[in-house]
Amino acid sequence: MLEDKDRIFLNLYGFGDRSLKGARARGAWDNTKALLDKGKDWIINEMKASGLRGRGGAGFPTGLKWSFMPKLDPARPHYLVVNADESEPGTCKDREIMRNDPHLLVEGCLIASFAMQAHACYIYIRGEYVLEYERLQAAIDEAYDANLIGQDNIHGWPFHVHVHRGAGAYICGEETALLESLEGKKGMPRLKPPFPANMGLYGSPTTVNNVESIAVAPTILRRGAAWFASFGAQNNSGTKLFCISGHVEKPCNVEEAMSIPFRELIETHCGGIRGGFDNLLAVIPGGSSVPLVPAHEIIDAALDFDTLRNLKSGLGTAAVIVMDKSTDIVRAITRISYFYKHESCGQCTPCREGTGWMWRVLTRMAEGRAQKREIDMLLEVTTEIEGHTICALGDAAAWPVQGLIRHFRHEIEKRIDQYTANPHSEPAEGFGIAAE
Amino acid sequence: MTVRRLAEEQPASFAFTPENEARCAKEIAKYPQGREASAVLALLWLAQRQNGRWLPKPAIEKVAAMLGMPPIRALEIATFYSMFNLAPVGKYFIQFCGTTPCVLAGADAIKAVLARRVGPPGQVTADGLFSWAEVECLGACCNAPMVQINDDYYEDLTPENFEVLLDRLAAGKPVKPGSQIGRRTSEPIGGLTSLTSLYGVDGRSGPQTYRGAPGGETVSDKD
Repeated sequence: MLEDKDRIFLNLYGFGDRSLKGARARGAWDNTKALLDKGKDWIINEMKASGLRGRGGAGFPTGLKWSFMPKLDPARPHYLVVNADESEPGTCKDREIMRNDPHLLVEGCLIASFAMQAHACYIYIRGEYVLEYERLQAAIDEAYDANLIGQDNIHGWPFHVHVHRGAGAYICGEETALLESLEGKKGMPRLKPPFPANMGLYGSPTTVNNVESIAVAPTILRRGAAWFASFGAQNNSGTKLFCISGHVEKPCNVEEAMSIPFRELIETHCGGIRGGFDNLLAVIPGGSSVPLVPAHEIIDAALDFDTLRNLKSGLGTAAVIVMDKSTDIVRAITRISYFYKHESCGQCTPCREGTGWMWRVLTRMAEGRAQKREIDMLLEVTTEIEGHTICALGDAAAWPVQGLIRHFRHEIEKRIDQYTANPHSEPAEGFGIAAE
Repeated sequence: MTVRRLAEEQPASFAFTPENEARCAKEIAKYPQGREASAVLALLWLAQRQNGRWLPKPAIEKVAAMLGMPPIRALEIATFYSMFNLAPVGKYFIQFCGTTPCVLAGADAIKAVLARRVGPPGQVTADGLFSWAEVECLGACCNAPMVQINDDYYEDLTPENFEVLLDRLAAGKPVKPGSQIGRRTSEPIGGLTSLTSLYGVDGRSGPQTYRGAPGGETVSDKD
């Protein structure tokens, strides 16, 4: 288990003082100028050496991303954009950073912006997070008042940070959709290339990072890349916020070392699975976009990018959704399918039409009102959506369904058999989602 | 995707209050010159707040005019983003999270309470107090099930404490946002398993526990 001295988020639960004074007492804003004085190349190299992989879901190495920013052109100012549009089902970690320890993020923004030679940073926070917005804005105001950021700040790097509120669209968590939204348009993803590092916000070079990736940067630089890299398996280094929800005794957010085995995470922090480990059915280990993993595969698996990829799933945002044997697994995935139908931006046909199609077929399957050959047809359709859309939402909608069929085909077949043995003519249930 | 249309009945006009005009100017100033359109979400949001939490057509047109956008651009934004209510809502607008993590934690029972007490989604109660909608993941999954009522999150709901919450709102009594079972935020119930060297197992007895004046405190202490 990770020791408290090695934790980065020391006020994760809000029991401490979140103001500038409290943040300073926990080590934030401690001689930040010394870090900047070491130069942008040193910062980027440290971030590369730390092995930090982006915490927003894709796991792209953060230091490498920072190094993609082109040479400064006076006509095209650089931007840092922080993705605080946390809306992947199961994920609730950035929220705790912004409402309980916002100065970690603000300081990270300054350091990351300096490393990428940006003088302005926009934090795109999801619209529903009203309290988190107020807390974050209060921290930014404090930092301005203390002259830590601003035009003539004590760090010698003119820097402004603005918080931009979203208005309820999951797709805006996709980096180019986020940039579109930030420019005042519908959040519809852009074709890549050009990548944001060349053509991002307002056509200028832009880097988009997750809140957690930015918030850990100051601590990594202070304590050294080697310290951060000492946690977790190779290529999966560092500490990570895990959000454990679902059928555990005590759902919680917790910071742990990467590659912690699933069983240890649940036993140490969550009081075990409801009804014991024998009662575990399946786990979605990285937010709703990744395929589920059945109990026997996950129970002793290390939670990191590579192990979970080998289990044909992914770490994603490390939102661990636990499902015990009381779960109606077909319905659970059907509800996720509905989520993607609702959140598809409608730009690409395979996703716009496919997400709704998958949801309707799954709704019938949850009741058994289907033919067994439709299972293969559904699988075929998921592969027609996957990889055929501009952004990854199409993939994200297809993967949970593929995971369901891969591991629980027998459950769907059982329901079809049950219904066939006793068919009835009542209308299908489950279409009555209240949002419709 | 969902089909979202403007309400049938629309007010004749809309104008920002002087306070909101000032707020609008502050929002527009966040963005570089020539990029005023970036403020469209913020301005629509202010308009919605001023208009009893729903967005009429004249307000959308007003915002478009303020930002130098064609009206259709603002209209497509208002219909794209789900937080813009295009029809009137209750004084207490309840956004019920119905995504899988909340369902696993018992959101169906909360939905049943809403259906029984408030009625079908999208419909305002006769007294004008309540209306509700099912929304997608609100990002408080460790505190599921939960709802958002106006600006505040109400978490760790059970049918019982949710009924009490609705009763208090209906009676105009103060309510406490956040966890309804006494959790601070998203820590494990019944004692911390990490950060105990700073805050103690109960979170309230460690050397770093905040005991200062109100202001540095969290929202759950706001009541």
